[in-house]
Amino acid sequence: MTTPHHQDQAGAKLGMWLFLFTEMILFGGLFLLYGVYLARYPHEFAQAGQEMHVVFGTVNTVVLITSSLLAAMAVTAIQRDDCRNAVLFLLGTIGCAVVFLVNKFFEWSSEIGRGIYPNSPTLAAGPPGESVFFSLYYLTVGLHGLHVLLGATVLGVVALRAQKRTIHAGHYVLLENGVLYWHLVDLIWIFIFPLYYLLL
Amino acid sequence: MAAAQGEHQVIGYGKLTSVWLCLLALTALTVWLSRLDLGISRIWGSLAIASVKGGLVIAFFMHLRYEGRLLRWLLFVALVTLAIFIGFTFFDVLYR
Repeated sequence: MTTPHHQDQAGAKLGMWLFLFTEMILFGGLFLLYGVYLARYPHEFAQAGQEMHVVFGTVNTVVLITSSLLAAMAVTAIQRDDCRNAVLFLLGTIGCAVVFLVNKFFEWSSEIGRGIYPNSPTLAAGPPGESVFFSLYYLTVGLHGLHVLLGATVLGVVALRAQKRTIHAGHYVLLENGVLYWHLVDLIWIFIFPLYYLLL
Repeated sequence: MAAAQGEHQVIGYGKLTSVWLCLLALTALTVWLSRLDLGISRIWGSLAIASVKGGLVIAFFMHLRYEGRLLRWLLFVALVTLAIFIGFTFFDVLYR
């Protein structure tokens, strides 16, 4: 039974990568919208960009990069048949995801408190380019936040199964795929961060 | 595609940690560059740094450097598709 088992794993990973490509295209479309509107409203975008908190963005970048490191270490641990450390690394990754979302909560609270949210009276009264910027910001970052939530949930399930030893050195494709998804979440943030926090 | 997928390359903790340090250094660099007044090259600079960071994540954290040819080519096709659809849109938008 070992041979078909391995083919299964390769197929499962290929399927995961194909899914990740569709995710890249999805966020690529949102980045394209950002680029086109930046070309159309450069001054309004620059004005709107002044409202962004670079500190929140930078802290969240460091948190996500660290979470990615821990996720990659979980793969190394399971390959070495070290289930205990694999679970610990996965819990660390999930912890980073929670820190990220809590940060996001404070960031959005502060922005919403200043009247910056889609269709708010402040934005409706301002120039059209600024409301486009913030609509794209909430859409892109919100969708990314959903991915963080989903990825952390998946990794939670994976950690439980590694704890129960249904994931082990001989069969860990679920862990590998969950971790791949997590890296994609990090990858997308790597592009969101300069576009929304640094460029303007 | 590699015939046997049974044995995977194991990437040590030390190597992963050095990739993480590179990513942190590049993050610091991009934040620092954004503070300078560089005009249009700021956009290209941040995008170049983001691409290097993305490349590091894909190559080492996502193990693509150690995968077979199939996955690498598929990634290449996906990125070319993305580049075409972003690039061609800008040909239209910028020179209208």
